[in-house]
Amino acid sequence: MNFDPRYSGRNFTSVGTRPIRPDGVDKVTGRARYGADFNMAGQLVGRVLRSPHAHATIRKIDTSKAEKLAGVKAVITAADLPDLTDGDAAMYDILDNCMARKKALYDGHAVAAVAAVDARTAKQALKLIEVDYEVLPHVTDVDEAMKHSAPLINDAIFTEGLEEKPVKPSNVTKRTQYGHGDIHEGFGQADFVVERSFKTEQTHQGYIEPHACVANVSSDGTADLWVCTQGHFVYRQHCAQLLGMEASKLRVTSSEIGGGFGGKTHVWAEPVALALSRKAGRPVKLVMTRDEVFRASGPTSATSIDVRIGARKDGTITAAEATLRYSCGPYAGMWAEIGAMTAFACYKLENVKTVGYEVLVNRPKTAAYRAPSAPMAAFAVESAVDELAKEIGMDPVEFRIRNAAQEGTRSSYGPVYGPIGIGPTLEAAKNHPHMKAPLGKNQGRGMACGFWFNFGGQTCTDLNIGMDGSVSLAVGTVDVGGSRASLSLVAAEELGIPYEQIKTVVADTSSLGYNDMTDGSRGTFSSSMATISAARNAIKILRERAAQMWDIPVDDVVWEEGHAIAKGATHGNLSPLSLKEIAAASGKTGGPIAGHSELVADGAGVSFATHICDIEVDPETGSTRVLRYTVVQDAGKAVHPTYVEGQYQGGAAQGIGWALNEEYIYGKDGRLQNPGFLDYRIPVCSDLPMIDTQILEIPNPNHPYGVRGVGETSIVPPLAAIANAVSNAAGVRMTHIPMSPPRILAAIEAERGG
Amino acid sequence: MRYIRPLSIEDAAGLLADSAGTAAILAGGSDLLVRMKGGFIEPDLIVDIKAIDGLGEIRETAEGFSIGAAVPCAVLGENTALQKAWPGVVEAAKLIGSKQVQGRCTIVGNLCNASPAADSVPALVAAGAKAVVVGPRTRRTIAVEAVPTGPGKTSLAKGEIIEAILLDKRLPRSGDAYLRFIPRTEMDIAVVSAGVNLTLDEQGRVKSARLALGAVAPTVVLVEEAAEVLIGSKLDEATLERLAKVCSGACRPIDDKRGTIEFRRKVAGVLARRAATTAYARAGGK
Repeated sequence: MNFDPRYSGRNFTSVGTRPIRPDGVDKVTGRARYGADFNMAGQLVGRVLRSPHAHATIRKIDTSKAEKLAGVKAVITAADLPDLTDGDAAMYDILDNCMARKKALYDGHAVAAVAAVDARTAKQALKLIEVDYEVLPHVTDVDEAMKHSAPLINDAIFTEGLEEKPVKPSNVTKRTQYGHGDIHEGFGQADFVVERSFKTEQTHQGYIEPHACVANVSSDGTADLWVCTQGHFVYRQHCAQLLGMEASKLRVTSSEIGGGFGGKTHVWAEPVALALSRKAGRPVKLVMTRDEVFRASGPTSATSIDVRIGARKDGTITAAEATLRYSCGPYAGMWAEIGAMTAFACYKLENVKTVGYEVLVNRPKTAAYRAPSAPMAAFAVESAVDELAKEIGMDPVEFRIRNAAQEGTRSSYGPVYGPIGIGPTLEAAKNHPHMKAPLGKNQGRGMACGFWFNFGGQTCTDLNIGMDGSVSLAVGTVDVGGSRASLSLVAAEELGIPYEQIKTVVADTSSLGYNDMTDGSRGTFSSSMATISAARNAIKILRERAAQMWDIPVDDVVWEEGHAIAKGATHGNLSPLSLKEIAAASGKTGGPIAGHSELVADGAGVSFATHICDIEVDPETGSTRVLRYTVVQDAGKAVHPTYVEGQYQGGAAQGIGWALNEEYIYGKDGRLQNPGFLDYRIPVCSDLPMIDTQILEIPNPNHPYGVRGVGETSIVPPLAAIANAVSNAAGVRMTHIPMSPPRILAAIEAERGG
Repeated sequence: MRYIRPLSIEDAAGLLADSAGTAAILAGGSDLLVRMKGGFIEPDLIVDIKAIDGLGEIRETAEGFSIGAAVPCAVLGENTALQKAWPGVVEAAKLIGSKQVQGRCTIVGNLCNASPAADSVPALVAAGAKAVVVGPRTRRTIAVEAVPTGPGKTSLAKGEIIEAILLDKRLPRSGDAYLRFIPRTEMDIAVVSAGVNLTLDEQGRVKSARLALGAVAPTVVLVEEAAEVLIGSKLDEATLERLAKVCSGACRPIDDKRGTIEFRRKVAGVLARRAATTAYARAGGK
């Protein structure tokens, strides 16, 4: 069916209001069902045995003793997950990551799994599995891994993207390059040049709910999987492919989700649970411990980045260059490439060049983390931009406004921008009272900008009208941040009925067509587009039914404010038919009324933000306190402003944790030393101020309401904004994230001493 | 695993003395249950001491205060007399974990867990607190600093339980204070900590002093040299600087995931100076 996604200005009735979310009451009363809340009769407990070594050849695994333990129903190794990936390298990596095949590639890599009648037996069984390892030299640091002398993680990897084909294998899987113009010429025109190197440590998304699933494989080869995921359709595809099933034979139901932030876009435990269930012939529940989540799910990259930016005295940037090295864990990724694309996306540049290197290390496989790769690149670039403004003697906001990208600018990663929000967020920040608030002793203010692409993707939605006139909306994008409320608002808007008349659910994979997962800030963007399309299709049927009830041509029926209205001189005395009235008669006018939609939501509008923060530094201890924090971001159109603000605040809160304290700490033995929330320090409530938000609405031309994705951009500026604030407060430029107290104190002491 | 809830301290001590495998004492459980869940310990016997008469009470006696082994730290903060007499001890107890944890955890548990970073221990050592140790047929009173002997290790013999912590009656013109460094605001473990306890003479000079540092050595460090620096002074700037230096020098820290050697040395001095200043003000010093 034809659907016109173009933006058309309109006055909204429901969209832009702030009703209570449909999942709210169950969540605050504990009734909501998360991944570990599903149970089945006869269910077994699954547990995974993990490598204690960062890098080791698996010579032999002896599971015989574990198999003999009473209560053990299945023990599996890689042999129970044969390679069915048929040359698909990315899928092979996923398979190998789920269960190590020849080598354990990081501390925590799964090597075997058991299903037993209870947790105690399962734990005992793990102790009875004997793994014969040959421990190999390992490397966990991104810069160390690039050296020629570094231990090779995969000797079949030869760096792609080099001019000359390399003859030796390397831990660098790929080199990528972006940009335009001539940077040598650009730097030649510069009066001031800032050049610096930065490092960021690896962080985890820190979702409170660990990975959890229940798998039930029937003897007829069909299966059910209940799981906490950001994308049950993608989990279905991956699990089905790895287990050799047809996708339609595996029904995946997504649970409520206690945070994902990109970390639940990837299968780890699910194929293992299915393989255990298949072998045991009983349902298997597999819940990761926090220790396992840290050691063996998908944190973001550690990075090492060099930046060089030059500008003229008048504040115009003449050239910008960055080299970005991102850790990928032991499997190839495209994390540095995304960093290279986003690094200078906020600016209008004549000459720009970015180079990315994907680097293998003996750490868990890198997964997406909210605007993956962009925060680290923004940290490096926005720190250098701040320093350059200072050298020129310009206000950092004015300097950025002068160089900001605008409609028609060719972006540093290629495309030409349409209408964008970087300029307006900077102007709003400049005029925000926060910018003028006085600062006390040892306090500093910082600001920074951030960019994220956003994504649309495949989407499918069903809208069913009940005979009582209530509406159920079935969507296929998992609700990670209030999208069921937002999509109900969109359906209410289109149909012209109250929000309360609509109930939105996330349908399982057998009940709806394929949907891409909730990533790339696409949940509300894409599913709202599909919901508008489905609602418009339903309205077409509602109009037909009304025409039938009135016995007039359908072209004479229009839909307004939840009613069919007969137009034209001859139907003057027909009173409007409500949605309820038409629904009540549907049994006699042709049966159920529904609207469907299947589309690819193209044209996700890019999103920009500017953040401001004030930090106090204790110069004697390096301790920091976030005093005030303001987020200004373009939402295109805020469908449910409260949840848009929630996304802004959530991204800022995660960014604050990342900037100040969160980091993976590996020992010399290559083992993770802090796999728990005690020593992996996400901020607690009392660490954060109330995060102030300002929503700007620069409509996305490619969405009927102008909606842009809002979920990810908010984590892009914080590392840089906080680094700029700390640097201003401490009087020394901070170049290593996280800026933990020992790092800040050491920097202050070095500055004093030097 | 056996779980027993005896009604007398002697019974509890007897159970522990006669136990064959691993035995553990349960009061608040804020260390024990976490260690059990983490798989670090699988006790064969758990002796819950919360039902023992008197162990859940704070008693004020002619000699001072007796704090029972099962008194949750939150209760310390609700005892006005204790709070007035020993604010440093109380603030240390109220820094452990979070509000929820403080509702369960005890200072005796904190002491016997024998973590070098235990929050209440430096404050108790600075306060000169004593521990009443009960065995199946014995009863002795020892200095708090004699209890931990190394990370996770104590001087208690098999079958011995600490029944109570004793704090002296307060002399006039006395004050104590405790400070710890953590990267966050709560829910954390001390990277460095300092407890200071001072008594002043009528002229406002320090007459007696005790200073203890936490998380900078395998056990809590009672810095006797720091007391020497403080005694006779009015905490002028030169004294405080000397104090910081002495305290930094008394540290025998390690580099670990929570902090570096240099960081711990430096911050130990800073916290000692700041805690001494607070204790001095609480003692009425100007």
